[in-house]
Amino acid sequence: MTKVSMRINGEQVNADVDGAQLLAYFLRDKLNLTGTHIGCDTSQCGACVVHLNGRAVKSCTMLAAQADGADITTIEGIQKNGELHPVQRAFQQHHALQCGFCTPGMIMAAVDIIENTNDLDEHSVREQLEGNICRCTGYQNIIAAILSAAKEMRG
Amino acid sequence: MSNTGIGARIERTEDKRFITGNGRYTDDINLPGQVYASFVRSPHAHAKVTGIDAKDALALKGVVKVFTGKDMEADGLGGLICGWTVTSKDGEPMKVGGHPSLAPERVRYVGDCVAVVIGESREAARLGAEAVAVSYEELDAVVEPAQAQNQNAPKVHEDIDKNLCFHWELGDKEATDAAFDKAAHVTHLDIVNNRLIPNAIEPRAALGDYNPGSGDYTLYTTSQNPHVERLVLSAFVGVAPEHKLRVISPDVGGGFGSKIFVYAEETVCLWAAGKIQRPVKWTAERSESFLSDAHGRDHVTRAELALDGDGRFLALRAHTVANLGAYLSTFSSSVPTYLYGTLLSGQYDIAAIHVEVEGVYTHTAPVDAYRGAGRPEATFVVERLVERAARETNKDPAELRKKNFVTKFPHQTPVILNYDTGDYNACIDRASEMIDYKSFDKRRKEAQAKGKLRGIGFSTYIEACGLAPSNAVGSLGAGVGLWESAEVRVNPTGNVEVLTGAHSHGQGHETSFAQLVSDRLTIPIEDITIVHGDTASVQFGMGTYGSRSAAVGMSAIDGALDKVITKAKRIAAHILEVQPDDIELADAAFRIKGTNKFIPWGELALNAYTAHKFSTSEIEPGLKETAFYDPTNFTFPAGCHICELEVDPQTGCVEIVDYVAVDDFGTIINPMIVEGQVHGGVLQGIGQALLENGVYDVETGQLVTGSYMDYTMPRAHDAPPLRLDFTNTPAPSNPLGVKGCGEAGAIAAPAAVLNALTSAIGHENISMPATPAKVWRAIQT
Amino acid sequence: MYPFTYHRASSIEQAQALLDVSDDSKLLAGGQTLIPTLKQHLASPGALVDIGKIEALRFVRVEKASVVVGAATPHAQVAGDGKLAQKIPALAHLAGKIGDPHVRNVGTLGGSIANNDPAADYPAACLALGATIQTDKRNISADDFFTGLFETALEEHEIITEISFPVPKLAAYEKFPNPASRYALAGVFVAQTEAGVRVAVTGAGVNGVFRMTEMESALANNWSADALEGISPSADSLLSDLHGAADYRAHLVNVMAKRAVAQTC
Repeated sequence: MTKVSMRINGEQVNADVDGAQLLAYFLRDKLNLTGTHIGCDTSQCGACVVHLNGRAVKSCTMLAAQADGADITTIEGIQKNGELHPVQRAFQQHHALQCGFCTPGMIMAAVDIIENTNDLDEHSVREQLEGNICRCTGYQNIIAAILSAAKEMRG
Repeated sequence: MSNTGIGARIERTEDKRFITGNGRYTDDINLPGQVYASFVRSPHAHAKVTGIDAKDALALKGVVKVFTGKDMEADGLGGLICGWTVTSKDGEPMKVGGHPSLAPERVRYVGDCVAVVIGESREAARLGAEAVAVSYEELDAVVEPAQAQNQNAPKVHEDIDKNLCFHWELGDKEATDAAFDKAAHVTHLDIVNNRLIPNAIEPRAALGDYNPGSGDYTLYTTSQNPHVERLVLSAFVGVAPEHKLRVISPDVGGGFGSKIFVYAEETVCLWAAGKIQRPVKWTAERSESFLSDAHGRDHVTRAELALDGDGRFLALRAHTVANLGAYLSTFSSSVPTYLYGTLLSGQYDIAAIHVEVEGVYTHTAPVDAYRGAGRPEATFVVERLVERAARETNKDPAELRKKNFVTKFPHQTPVILNYDTGDYNACIDRASEMIDYKSFDKRRKEAQAKGKLRGIGFSTYIEACGLAPSNAVGSLGAGVGLWESAEVRVNPTGNVEVLTGAHSHGQGHETSFAQLVSDRLTIPIEDITIVHGDTASVQFGMGTYGSRSAAVGMSAIDGALDKVITKAKRIAAHILEVQPDDIELADAAFRIKGTNKFIPWGELALNAYTAHKFSTSEIEPGLKETAFYDPTNFTFPAGCHICELEVDPQTGCVEIVDYVAVDDFGTIINPMIVEGQVHGGVLQGIGQALLENGVYDVETGQLVTGSYMDYTMPRAHDAPPLRLDFTNTPAPSNPLGVKGCGEAGAIAAPAAVLNALTSAIGHENISMPATPAKVWRAIQT
Repeated sequence: MYPFTYHRASSIEQAQALLDVSDDSKLLAGGQTLIPTLKQHLASPGALVDIGKIEALRFVRVEKASVVVGAATPHAQVAGDGKLAQKIPALAHLAGKIGDPHVRNVGTLGGSIANNDPAADYPAACLALGATIQTDKRNISADDFFTGLFETALEEHEIITEISFPVPKLAAYEKFPNPASRYALAGVFVAQTEAGVRVAVTGAGVNGVFRMTEMESALANNWSADALEGISPSADSLLSDLHGAADYRAHLVNVMAKRAVAQTC
């Protein structure tokens, strides 16, 4: 067992984890944060994306032990004072989700894209979504939602 | 139109839980004492199982139990079934190979389940599964449909000759051959319709639970149709009687057909939960999804179109070999037959059509309905033929289509279907205008100047949706009726629950259905809840597939709403002391027409339950009605998609530079949701055309494309921006005039893309998926 | 995953000591290749020694004639480092094309080259730029480092500490991604270095990354895309799979090389 200590959605979490415990299962099984999903085993679908120290990572491709000392944000943690995050709101407004399974990872990826990419346009958003697969939407409304949220977040 | 009623572009009410991480999918559910299942799967495409030794597995820490097919047999459990009996042209019923959940003696595809290991944790179960020693005697395998009937092809089921499940035909062979004999021109086409792997992003999952005190079983699972799941597990597999089995299908992360079917894994979890009296959970890893989800398509077809000297279509004939995989899945026999052959008339007036389909077993995963199910295959045959015929006869592809369109309705095709309405010219004209078809040559020249090959391709598709009139499908071999049920419960406080047999796994029913209710009852949408996916609360229903939930599911709701309104008016009439005919429902109130005397909706609801103000000998208390709706015909969504693309001849890369879709879905409930369905469907169709391919190694029978490393999923940069428009000829066969929109994109797109691509490269010799490597090679020849 | 013991190292010395505890221990840097491998039960190390948090291994240092990158530096940091991008824009560009953004935030340069996946991007940069791979024991030139498919000159438990890239006069990288995995089907890194023209090809070779000397000579005479006309590797030495037969890959190597050179002209 390995001792880990991290902040998850603003709260301190201390735990003993198995060395082989993946961060995604740690979040889902131990902390009941089931918004983080697992959709593949080759690190490609991106349903498991969370933020680690402010950057998007695949929680199914990281050991919980590797996240020791980190600040983690999951889909459950991006609302502020009960208000939806602008990206969440944009996803709803633009019908950027259907079955909802890829959505948490997609939203977490989108927040990172908006916060860390200059000069977003349709082309660059598509490129930056390389690591997130959606089978329902054809991506069109996801792109629209991200561009709209980016505009709002950048004022 | 009210601001939340039919036709309103409103945000989805279900979104809030998904965007905040509060969706509740099967794998999110855990029960006390839960253990995990891991399946021992065949590494061979075909082998005899000569021994299973679980000793080492059972010795591992955390391994609870190992079950094999013999254990299930000993419990008297039946195998999995196919619910549609296709009759061969010689009058014989299709030949069905047994499909045990855990193969006791012989494995027939890579991934076939042999045993299950139950463990205290996911990893314990998985390590246990690896430790089970299965002895196999390897046998030769056949994976290609075209080779399945060869004399020396190994048999998938020992008692089925030539691996032939059925040899089915439809249409008038003599009339068709006669028409070909007098044709001025015949266009031939050989097509492979590539195997697809559905890849809903939520992997399949199951959680079986058993209460030894009551004998009740509960199955949480990723199903598009929980009642059908329960029916099969009860009546055929025999895990538990129907009334002792509750199937809950909570939030489901996409289906596209693959979650219609009853699979081995959930069957085993449910049964094992009873055996060990602990909840048993299984969630597929993606690699298991690739191996074991029912795949789609996989046809080999030779087709011909006969034209007269004037370019009129005289006849069409097709011969198809359809790969069914190793076992028949729940509805697999219907897909390459009645969902395929019946659509071969396309949007055209063709006097004679004849189609023969040989459904063959191979040592591959079962093949069943995947978005479109038979109709994309038919559209691909018809639309590729028509485009090619236009090229061969030097006719404009749009004009050739228009010359042959059905324009008078109803129109009886030679392949069963009776088209009830449509306006195909409206769609093609609008789409041509949107893409500026007449200026294409100019754009092609501009592309040429920058070293690109530009092409344009049409696909004027039709589908038969709103599955389906029960009598009709019964006469064709279906084991079930395809009506839908609904129950509308008005609560004493006036809010409303609607229980539907349809199931939403991304389609947005919670919003669209509520829009209908809001529209009809004139109450706010916030006061309406749509309930689905639980056999304990919802009466028997048929589930969601075949673009049926609006046409059939909502029509059932509409029927129940009629009854609720009728009864409510009777109660209102009593209270207001007038005749029911004098009452109108508007603005959430029952009003005496032409007066300002009314009872608000909520007060009427309360009165229905207090039953103080009307005679309960005349009117029963309460306000809750049920309706079952069976459609009178299929619906016929149709449209025109046009794809324009550019090929980089140096690399073979294809870029779709413009794509327009003009669809006639009849009445549209929520345009935003409908557009989303088209977007998703088209990208799946583009995926089939350019990217996706389920490939088995011909020698070993191994699945080559068993992960996202090799199976090309469409990603954001593969998706072109789509431009959509709609026309509307309301469907006459249901009260709402809706036709269905879920599958159209996947049906239309492959032909549009390949027609554009062959136009760009200047010849027809390319197959799907047209990967860069294939396109490059095609350009070299 | 098969069970293993996890150790976190806070220094290179500690990592060495932890590695030596057992024979079947392995280094973990970002884990973007190793963890999927473990998840699929394709490897079963007894212990993992995590060097991903050793600060001394996470840096980009720009010197006069070279850029030095710590072994545990994530791809995103390489891609986003402004000073590095000024010196060797092709390297920043390459790092920004590895995997996807999430992978780039975690995956490391050292992990990538130690794994030497035949379709990885970094080996092409190392080889074409004539990089030097420094380990806890020695310096290895890129020419000596990549020895075959998933094979390198690294000895058991040897730890890469940093990679030094000489600043080239001109350089560019073009890759044609595998449509499914997005790894390179053919990636070509061209560079005019102090030591002459160097061209490295990844994604295509049966033995992993390799240099295209014929292209190097042609470009040394005439640095232009036209100079590469008709020059491509022999298909016999190239990979062939579902996504691209050897002759297609050979052709793509030529096209990517020309496009890379054209970028610099």
